[in-house]
Amino acid sequence: MEVRLTVALPQDTTTKFEEYANPHMLVTTEWVAEHIADEGLVVAESDEDVLLYETGHIPGAVKLDWHTELNDPVTRDYVDGAGFARLMSEKGISRDTTLVLYGDRNNWWAAYALWVCALFGHPDLRLMDGGRAKWIAEDRPLITEPPHRPPTDYPVVDRDDKQIRAFRDQVLAHLGQPLIDVRSPGEYTGELLHMPDYPQEGALRGGHIPGAKSVPWSRAAADDATFRTRAELEAIYAGEAGLSPDDDVIVYCRIGERSSHTWFVLHHLLGYPHVRNYDGSWTEWGNTVRVPIARGENP
Amino acid sequence: MTAATLNPRLQEIADDFNAIPDAERLQLLLEFSEELPPLPERYAEHHDLLEQVPECQSPLFLHVEVDPDAIVHLFFDAPPEAPTTRGFAGILHAGLDGLTADEVLATPGEFSSQLGLRDLVSPLRLRGMAAMLARIKRQIRERRG
Repeated sequence: MEVRLTVALPQDTTTKFEEYANPHMLVTTEWVAEHIADEGLVVAESDEDVLLYETGHIPGAVKLDWHTELNDPVTRDYVDGAGFARLMSEKGISRDTTLVLYGDRNNWWAAYALWVCALFGHPDLRLMDGGRAKWIAEDRPLITEPPHRPPTDYPVVDRDDKQIRAFRDQVLAHLGQPLIDVRSPGEYTGELLHMPDYPQEGALRGGHIPGAKSVPWSRAAADDATFRTRAELEAIYAGEAGLSPDDDVIVYCRIGERSSHTWFVLHHLLGYPHVRNYDGSWTEWGNTVRVPIARGENP
Repeated sequence: MTAATLNPRLQEIADDFNAIPDAERLQLLLEFSEELPPLPERYAEHHDLLEQVPECQSPLFLHVEVDPDAIVHLFFDAPPEAPTTRGFAGILHAGLDGLTADEVLATPGEFSSQLGLRDLVSPLRLRGMAAMLARIKRQIRERRG
């Protein structure tokens, strides 16, 4: 057990965040601008477009690439404890670093990177609300020069796949309980795989997991890429999708990236304690022999 | 000549990519994205003339002209916040624009897999590049009637 709690960076006390279940999980662009040079803080950019960081990033921010860095290069899985420790050490991130993630497309990939870091229980993870788009919209500086952070000695911590990650067999056993499909409506109904010349999303069958409700992930984001207010989120997830905080919820998409965003919303903003992300998602389910599939608009 | 032979310009691009380490490959891709010429006015003002390539994860539009001498001219439009997609378009522009229709049509469909980028960008993105090439070829065939 860690005894020494080092200088944690202050929480962002922005009023909007107070209404969320875990306000300490979010920071504003202002907060990042103010604390960027603070010791104990590392800002990391994680994008859908692997070249975007190179075109310009928040001064001092490191790049965290889901495809080449967070995945195991051979097995379809994330890096293991040793791999994660190596990666964090290279980036200059310590176990007691406040790690703030941000990225393109409403923080879609930043939320994914945050979820992977959460599998390793990194203690202080935060998302920059509004992500890259908001930072740029506010005319804040971007630089192309990558930072030079001295490597650290990040400890090897085993990945905990039990709390926030779900596997195919667990999803099979979960049928009948709350599932949220966060893909686009066309992917949900199964229609997208039938579009002529459309590239296969990597699945042989189209549709959704029976019982899954459709709530496209980006509905949680406002036009300026920040998260919607708690009341708006409640209206979508509790109101429309009928979820309640004591539910055991599994979310999924195509490979688990978009659903990490929804996991963040349900778990950290609405405070649902039992939310798991099924990262196998449709590219596993839609290829699996004899698992049940539903087509069309109904769950 | 085998079907997989690249024209000399594309071959040079592929050789350049394969001669350098991974990190520099991304940098080279970034250079191609920066070198993609902007749309000429006649297309910038008539975006409806462009064909969208939905296989790309980011919005990408393209248009092909084949002039009376059967020379191919390529036009692309992709937003600056999609540098990877722009980079692929930049490679196709640098490697194919100004060639004859037959030369462009002879480009192997799996060309994108010869750039050594497989481990750096996701497979879905490389398929986006293959889709751009497929649509370019289809437009050429249509233009030639």
